[in-house]
Amino acid sequence: MQNLLNKLDQPEHARALLDRIDGLLAKINKEPAPGVPQPLLKFMEVCGTHTMAISRTGLRGLLAGKIDLLSGPGCPVCVTSDPDIDLMIGIAGKEGVITATFGDMMRVPGSRGSLNQAQSGGADVRVVYSPLDAVALAQENSDRQVVFLGVGFETTTPTVALALKHAEALDLDNFSVFVNHKLTPPAVKALIQSGDVDIDGFICPGHVSAVLGARGFAFLPEEFMLPAVVAGFAAVDILLGIVSLLEQLASGKPLMDNKYKRVVRPQGNTAAQRLVDTYFRVAPAQWRGLGVIPGSGLELRDAYQRFDASDRLQLDCNPDLGRETKGSAKLEKPDDTSPDCSCGEILRGMAKPHQCRLFGTACTPERPIGPCMVSSEGACAAHYLYGHLP
Amino acid sequence: MCLAVPVRVVQVDGDMATVDLQGNRKQVSIALVSETKAGDYLLLHAGVALQVLDEEEALETLKLLEELAEAQRQIDDGEEEADPQGVGRLRRRPPPAPDEERR
Repeated sequence: MQNLLNKLDQPEHARALLDRIDGLLAKINKEPAPGVPQPLLKFMEVCGTHTMAISRTGLRGLLAGKIDLLSGPGCPVCVTSDPDIDLMIGIAGKEGVITATFGDMMRVPGSRGSLNQAQSGGADVRVVYSPLDAVALAQENSDRQVVFLGVGFETTTPTVALALKHAEALDLDNFSVFVNHKLTPPAVKALIQSGDVDIDGFICPGHVSAVLGARGFAFLPEEFMLPAVVAGFAAVDILLGIVSLLEQLASGKPLMDNKYKRVVRPQGNTAAQRLVDTYFRVAPAQWRGLGVIPGSGLELRDAYQRFDASDRLQLDCNPDLGRETKGSAKLEKPDDTSPDCSCGEILRGMAKPHQCRLFGTACTPERPIGPCMVSSEGACAAHYLYGHLP
Repeated sequence: MCLAVPVRVVQVDGDMATVDLQGNRKQVSIALVSETKAGDYLLLHAGVALQVLDEEEALETLKLLEELAEAQRQIDDGEEEADPQGVGRLRRRPPPAPDEERR
């Protein structure tokens, strides 16, 4: 199997696909009037791993001037709002609490510093590889409260649900989760409905779809007549996806294509879906750059409130989130960290990282200002590391 | 954050499995994937396997890619006869060279 995976990602395959892309573009791009250039096609991915893969493999450069590849709200760290980061830092500062988190969250600045700074100030913050490790921490430290910071999309949520199942089986009263999980399809839908940006097709997230199934983003062709494809993360996987989007545009028949069938099944991982559904229910969520989107987040079901860190530590969370926005998909003003930071616009595909006035000067991976630069999978970090082509 | 990697199952032990992650042995949960056996490849995320990789589908993708590459080779060979120095091969890279526009 490993040999097979290596065989897939070969330069000659990529070259053949790039030629196919040129052929399809020639078919699609007919000049509207003599001398008037066709506007660039815009394809958006909504997965931090795609953001990195597209930059790292050089595809962004190879396709520059032909197809505009935009990064949407696909990085969970980047879309976490300032108030939520502040709450996490508040948790870390509590007496007798061990805060367990994925490493990505450590450097993200809220309005009162980052978890990293909280740790330097004496807070007990531990980076864990798996939410299951946080349960083990709770077992080892029965005299202290262990709070896991539950940040992530559909790929990550089942791992947190599994941790809750373990904690329940062990009857742990010192393990809880600060639930900040988000759902990607409602955010993509809200982005399209906002009309802020005109996208010609979507490269759908491979690992979110591994859980959700290939149907997860079927609303794109069905409701919005937009071409959509689930793609993997090797250069050829992404190129196969782009070829599919162009074929759909050329034929005028948008559909939900799956080019990552070795991982993504039509129905997804139903065991993971059931487990998530056991512990969580759908709730509104606040996204950086997109505001509060109804039905785009998760909260613990009533039967599992005892595992909710907000309850356990009696945090003052924003209880009005649901009431204010009921039934509305309107996007609110972004809540950027710095008034000059363009993360909000970048997450909506309205600006490119290099168009931010802070990019590469005041804001770098070493001294990041906005979360798109902090996260290793953020659009700004990818552009900075691998060259910021337009 | 949704980074997930393929790992090979070395040994299954109930809901857990020992996997080979680029030469390192690691204990991971296989509670969310059914019928896993030694030798299978799993998609691993944050210590939890989320899918079993489908070898047949990977072979299908490889077949498709090889067909595309073969079709391209035939076009290139045709070009090579008219262009023995292989200039055309270099010419196909973006940004388009001026002579490409004339073609």
